[in-house]
Amino acid sequence: MTTATPAPSSPAPEPGKPDKTAEPGKAASTASGSGPDREGPPGRPGALRRLTARTPGRPPARRLLVLALLALVAIPLAASVWGSGSWPDALTYDVRSPLDELDAWLVDNRESHWLFLYFLLHISNNAVSAVDGVLALLQGLGWTGVTAGAAALAWFAGGADLGRRALRTAATALGAFAVIGLLDLWAPAMETLALMAVAVAAAALIGAALGLAAGLSDRCERLLRPVFDTMQVMPAFAYLLPFVLLFGIGTPSALIATVIYAAPPMARLTSLGLRGADPAALEASASLGANAWQRLLTARLPLARRQMLLGLNQTIMMCLSMVVLASVIGAGGLGDEVFTALSRVDVGQALGPGIAIVLIAIWLDRTTAAAGARLDDTSAPASRGRAWSVRAAAAAFVAAASAAGSAALGRQWPEQWTVDLSAPVNTAVDWITDNLGSGIPLIGGTVTWSENFARWVLNPLRDGLQGAPWWLLLLAAAALALLTGTWRTATTAVAALAAIGAMGLWPTSLNTLSQVLAALVVTLLPGVAIGVLAARVPWVDRAIRPVLDVMQTMPQFIYLIPVVALFNVGRTAAIIAAVVYALPAVIRITAQGVRETDPGALEAARSMGASTGQQLRHVQLPLARPALLLAVNQGVVLVLAIVVIGGLVGGGALGYDVVYGLQKSELGIGLTAGAAIVCLGVLLDRVTQPAATRDRR
Amino acid sequence: MHSKRIRTTLAAGSAVLGMVALSACGAADTGASSSGGGDTVTIAVPSWVGAEANAAVAKHILEEELGAKVKLQQMDEPVAWDALDSGKVDAILEDWGGVPKKEKRYVEERETVVAAGDLGVTGHIGWFVPKYFADENPDVTDWKNLNKYADEFKTTESGGKGQLLEGSPSYTTNDDAIIKNLDLDLKTVYAGSEAAQITQIKKYVKEKKPFLTYWWTPQWLNAEIDFVEVKLPEYTEGCDADPEKVACAYPNTPLQKYLNADFVKDGGDAAQFLKNFNWSTEQQNQVAKWIAGDGMSSKDAAAKWVEENKSTWEKWLP
Repeated sequence: MTTATPAPSSPAPEPGKPDKTAEPGKAASTASGSGPDREGPPGRPGALRRLTARTPGRPPARRLLVLALLALVAIPLAASVWGSGSWPDALTYDVRSPLDELDAWLVDNRESHWLFLYFLLHISNNAVSAVDGVLALLQGLGWTGVTAGAAALAWFAGGADLGRRALRTAATALGAFAVIGLLDLWAPAMETLALMAVAVAAAALIGAALGLAAGLSDRCERLLRPVFDTMQVMPAFAYLLPFVLLFGIGTPSALIATVIYAAPPMARLTSLGLRGADPAALEASASLGANAWQRLLTARLPLARRQMLLGLNQTIMMCLSMVVLASVIGAGGLGDEVFTALSRVDVGQALGPGIAIVLIAIWLDRTTAAAGARLDDTSAPASRGRAWSVRAAAAAFVAAASAAGSAALGRQWPEQWTVDLSAPVNTAVDWITDNLGSGIPLIGGTVTWSENFARWVLNPLRDGLQGAPWWLLLLAAAALALLTGTWRTATTAVAALAAIGAMGLWPTSLNTLSQVLAALVVTLLPGVAIGVLAARVPWVDRAIRPVLDVMQTMPQFIYLIPVVALFNVGRTAAIIAAVVYALPAVIRITAQGVRETDPGALEAARSMGASTGQQLRHVQLPLARPALLLAVNQGVVLVLAIVVIGGLVGGGALGYDVVYGLQKSELGIGLTAGAAIVCLGVLLDRVTQPAATRDRR
Repeated sequence: MHSKRIRTTLAAGSAVLGMVALSACGAADTGASSSGGGDTVTIAVPSWVGAEANAAVAKHILEEELGAKVKLQQMDEPVAWDALDSGKVDAILEDWGGVPKKEKRYVEERETVVAAGDLGVTGHIGWFVPKYFADENPDVTDWKNLNKYADEFKTTESGGKGQLLEGSPSYTTNDDAIIKNLDLDLKTVYAGSEAAQITQIKKYVKEKKPFLTYWWTPQWLNAEIDFVEVKLPEYTEGCDADPEKVACAYPNTPLQKYLNADFVKDGGDAAQFLKNFNWSTEQQNQVAKWIAGDGMSSKDAAAKWVEENKSTWEKWLP
């Protein structure tokens, strides 16, 4: 009965039979690009695999008919027992009390129970000493030594020669560190760098190990995938608190939360790389008598190298996005500077550390991207002997720079070489918020838009969702999921929604859902339009690239104040913050998808005289369908990720609950709200994405 | 298949590694006494400027006069209490009584935290309207007339009622109960952070719009913007005992200092100095205004204050 459409990829290869068509060119091409430049989302490559599969199975109409029959029987029954209003109380379970009891137990046993004495405390003590060690090293090198070291690292990644790539990468590193010094942020930047170095190392190791397991065993893959999803959609704010209880405040909790958030891309791409290895190469290796170990080490891992490097790149970016959050629990560094500035409502002062974070991201991104690009380019590999001598020379150069700089200029960045950004920035922000707020003829102004948006879009949407009978929403979720998916996706969607109700968060979650839906629409419409434009008009692409880079890496906390000043405290401000965050990924994925459509098909359409619009409508967009679906998926993930930030500017609902839970140390409230956000994520994923291939089998 | 052998080897390898890691080390250092007895004093700094002023001045004097090493660590009140309990932080200098449950557990039950007296600053929370609005409508300052003005406070977020702007979730508030029990036509709208709340207030003031907000003194913004408090039913001892039934104003809270118990025992002069630390609301406001209003760094502001007020802080030295 299944007439599976030929899928562009077959994401679930048979055990032991690696699938070479997985991700045709997708992950591979992003690997060769320079990180945020080319790669859209902060890595959810696992999602790619799910998306590229077309809907198989029976026609949706028949499944919907079955659902309607089921509903006819079940709904009158349920409605008569539990009523038709909001989620029935009878089906609500108290999950907060056990969590609060757990909280009390943790506090009482923190210093005596074996779990802490022999396990958790070792982790946190080791984390502290590792970060302190790296920090001491960086401080010992002095600013000249660190800058020289960063440039040398970048130069190596770029090929360690006098070619353009190597020199440009090194210059990026040099420039990034010089600006950090100029902004008078050297000391906090080193604290952040030390924490990030340890976090990236730990996340990469753990990610690679998990990825190895998932790449070699189908059972592990099935087991780990939902774990990775949860790790990424669960707002970090929600699990910072339990970590504070388990590992204590400051470095250890910040480090572990960062690792949890950042490890999945590494794991996913490692697994993808292992599964995507060319079967011919493996066949050859096997026929040469290599055993499984040898094959893994000599064929599969080297073939997966490029994907793993992309994973590393994404892991680094995600670590950096946690910098500000980590300082909520006392991790210090640049995030601390951002928070201190925010408490004074001083955007200009917050921007400095924000720029420093962006620059560190750019340096690391260009460095890993250059290493990736070099893998593609097999010409003239440096001989081993020469490589060692170059390395030794560079090490000597860094040591000399460190010693000379420390002697001549001191280890701290010289204070007279700094500039102050904050006054001009604040003037500019004030001018913008004063003049765009309201009173512009014809188009009103941002405040007017914000009010109308809340009144005519958000309020009806929220009231509609909250007013609808609970069973109707469950039915709608099932029907939407069935339209594109299978019975299994429908069941998952309904279960996710029901879990929200059972936790007693029904109205709150529907409020959040209404905001998320509105944010999605506002993100996807311009995102796809700009993406298509960027794919067709090269100069647009070049012009928006740096803007997107900044939008993706700039900590969201910094634009909270201007957003409030422009849109007033409330749900619109929260939605704008989400759109700013999610838009770049949507634009990038769309642009890449449209750009990569088969040139042959496009050429054929053109030769038959199709107009630009026709080419777009009939050739490029249909062919870019997988990419568009991925854009939707990423939109969902990123908008949900920012729900908590929305809570900081008046978004209320679940985001506020999560912040409240952390700030008031209410484990029950924070964690359940976090879980509800994950459930919303699962629900939206199931109703917007075609069935995963795992259901096809 | 060979892949099975790989898996077995990997599993065995990680098991061995785990056992080695476990057997190599005994009980971990709980860290409870490491900072308390050491020579570095760690002070928690919550996210508001007044607290930053306390910490900066304490740090300056501890370092200059007592030769101690001081680390200031940014964190919110509830997290700071956990840190105080575990010894990661030695002192909280400005506690608003926002986490009574933790206070009870750590001070009375676990005895890991010791009360260290008044900061000298009195905090007060209340409902405030801007002065320009109160001048035009003098009767708004009585809660009984608030319903009359509910329409003027309405926004898209307040669901047809008047908006009572709230701040960060970490701040102490009974407002939902007060509104309900006084039968007011208002709704709390949580800005979610102090920064968002202040930005919103500044915007309203610039446009001379009416607004009603949860607010408090001391606050550095009070030097820039004139607020008038709305009188709620008078506070009487115990009227806020049941959080569901509160229908009265907030008390005047003498802000408290708390120290880690081990730090009090082993901290010597530094601990004694922090116990003695006591300054007035005006003095704190002065430093806070230099920091937030005039854009001085907290370090410079503290140095300036210490230089100008020797007679005040000399009394704090042990």
